[in-house]
Amino acid sequence: MVQTAVTSNAATAETPLMLKVSGLNVYYGESHILRDVDLSVPKGEMVCLIGRNGVGKTTMLKTLMGLLKPRKGSILFDGEPILSRTPDQRARLGIGYVPQGREVIPRLTVKENLLLGYEARAVRPRNMQDIPEEIFELFPVLKDMLWRMGGDLSGGQQQQLAIARAIMGQPKLLVLDEPTEGIQPSIILDIEAAVKRIVATSGISVLLVEQHLHFVRQADRYYAMQKGGIVASGSTSELSNEVIQRFLAV
Amino acid sequence: MFTAILDGIFNGLSVGSVLLLAALGLAIVFGLMGVINMAHGELMMLGAYTTFLVQNAFKLLGEPWTNFYIFFAVIMAFIVAALMGLVLERGVIRYLYGRPLETLLATWGVSLILQQFVRSVNWVMIAGLIVFCLLYFGGLWAVKKRPDFERIRHWAITVLLTLSAAIAWAVGSVLSQTYKLAVTKPWFGAQNVDVTAPKWLLGGLPIGNYQLPYTRMFIMVLTVLCVLAIYWFLNKTPWGLRIRSVTQNRNMSACLGIPTQKVDALTFALGSGLAGIAGCAVSLLGSVGPNTGQNYIVNTFMVVVVGGVGKLVGTIVGAMAIGITDYIIGTGILANLFTSIQPLADFFTFFATTSMAKVMVFLLIVIFLQFRPAGLFPQKGRTVDA
Repeated sequence: MVQTAVTSNAATAETPLMLKVSGLNVYYGESHILRDVDLSVPKGEMVCLIGRNGVGKTTMLKTLMGLLKPRKGSILFDGEPILSRTPDQRARLGIGYVPQGREVIPRLTVKENLLLGYEARAVRPRNMQDIPEEIFELFPVLKDMLWRMGGDLSGGQQQQLAIARAIMGQPKLLVLDEPTEGIQPSIILDIEAAVKRIVATSGISVLLVEQHLHFVRQADRYYAMQKGGIVASGSTSELSNEVIQRFLAV
Repeated sequence: MFTAILDGIFNGLSVGSVLLLAALGLAIVFGLMGVINMAHGELMMLGAYTTFLVQNAFKLLGEPWTNFYIFFAVIMAFIVAALMGLVLERGVIRYLYGRPLETLLATWGVSLILQQFVRSVNWVMIAGLIVFCLLYFGGLWAVKKRPDFERIRHWAITVLLTLSAAIAWAVGSVLSQTYKLAVTKPWFGAQNVDVTAPKWLLGGLPIGNYQLPYTRMFIMVLTVLCVLAIYWFLNKTPWGLRIRSVTQNRNMSACLGIPTQKVDALTFALGSGLAGIAGCAVSLLGSVGPNTGQNYIVNTFMVVVVGGVGKLVGTIVGAMAIGITDYIIGTGILANLFTSIQPLADFFTFFATTSMAKVMVFLLIVIFLQFRPAGLFPQKGRTVDA
């Protein structure tokens, strides 16, 4: 996956921010879920959003993708307001989404699931039938499973498929929602390594929601969420045990 | 004995292929999209009327053309019904996704409107409709370009609607007063109209002491072609992949960059177009009237439910099974088989009429669904309930 455009843009753009969320307020019916959330992802960096279950992390990502509508606030993606856009338009702008629970299309083969990744590309390849070799270098396990149904894969395989599918669209921002949830430790390491390699080779930005500490520490910056608001942020190198104790430990 | 069974199978397949052709569109609209479209039968009816119009147009063209109108009619029926389906999806159904009860009522209303439409359509009505559409949508398009559109939206729509309706009505009444009967005479009227098959489709292929009519064979071939085309489209083309993806997981498909609204419109138009082809086919079997669609709608839903919602192969097997059962019971073949056992013979003779055979088939389906509520080919795997 080569994505040189992003790195060259970063130098010229006034604000080197891939994503800027400000004053975001989201409701489910009358219950106030997100309260004045401010968050930004610099270009080429990996930002991690941490917090316990039910604090609004997934709501944040769903709002970012356009699956939920906020009452107030703004979201700028690559300098452009996107709140009026539909999910498919946002995907084609360059947001690759790997949702919680993977959401692999169950009755499509692995190959077809991967081919759907092409949909998000601004410029589609002429031959939309081939999977680039890089995908199999990142996730070798997918190569032997191209003709299996997506819904028949194990959780870990589905997770790798979901990430691969998002990468197929050559996104500028990769959004990962708890990619290690319910997955065995050895596969977690594989996924971690793959994500790190994607960031290193393509220079894309990553917004990660995660509770698995080892993975959290791979990010450049963190935001901690509590009761629907951002309560702490900073560089992950400063992510002390005390912070973790306050925002992650049960 | 052997010829009787063969005869039953041939005829059953022929009845089944009509059913299948009619149900194919519904298998997509209802099976894949989950939309209960009560106007499906009326889309068939539109296809049948289109065939009638094409036939008349080709009659004017003269001899060599009249023989081949049916091919053109199939295509035109597809296009007309697909366009109508597109209007229906954009205008009504897209506001009702995920609300089956409202969809059912709304599409039933549409089916009544369409039935009355073909009864009373005339030049005045068409002119009025065209004027209204031009004024209303043209006006809306012009107003939409204003920067303050959102603010004046309600006001603009109210004014445009009243104005264009009034102008359309005025144009209509002026037309009908100037030209009188020439423009106010209904095109079709409430009576049935007749589509005659081209010459080369008259007659039949003799098999033993029975003739298999060429029209039936034509419908069978048409059905096979439609099934193959649908399979190819859904499984081998990018749009087919998008359709399958959206029907399985709408939100995730959108997040992958698939334009779901376009896919919905296309899927619905495709299903409707297939209904149009079915209408073209059934116009060869009997006369065409405003109620043509009503005769098929229940059967087509039955086929899709028996086959298993969401599976094309289920629809195929379901249609054939229902067709063959219906024919075998209806013609009394079973009664002849059991002549030695008097009570059984009486029982089957009782059901050996077209309408009683239908009762029997309904009963069998009710019993069948008690044991296999999900149909012949239910969706399997751990993803069913997701």
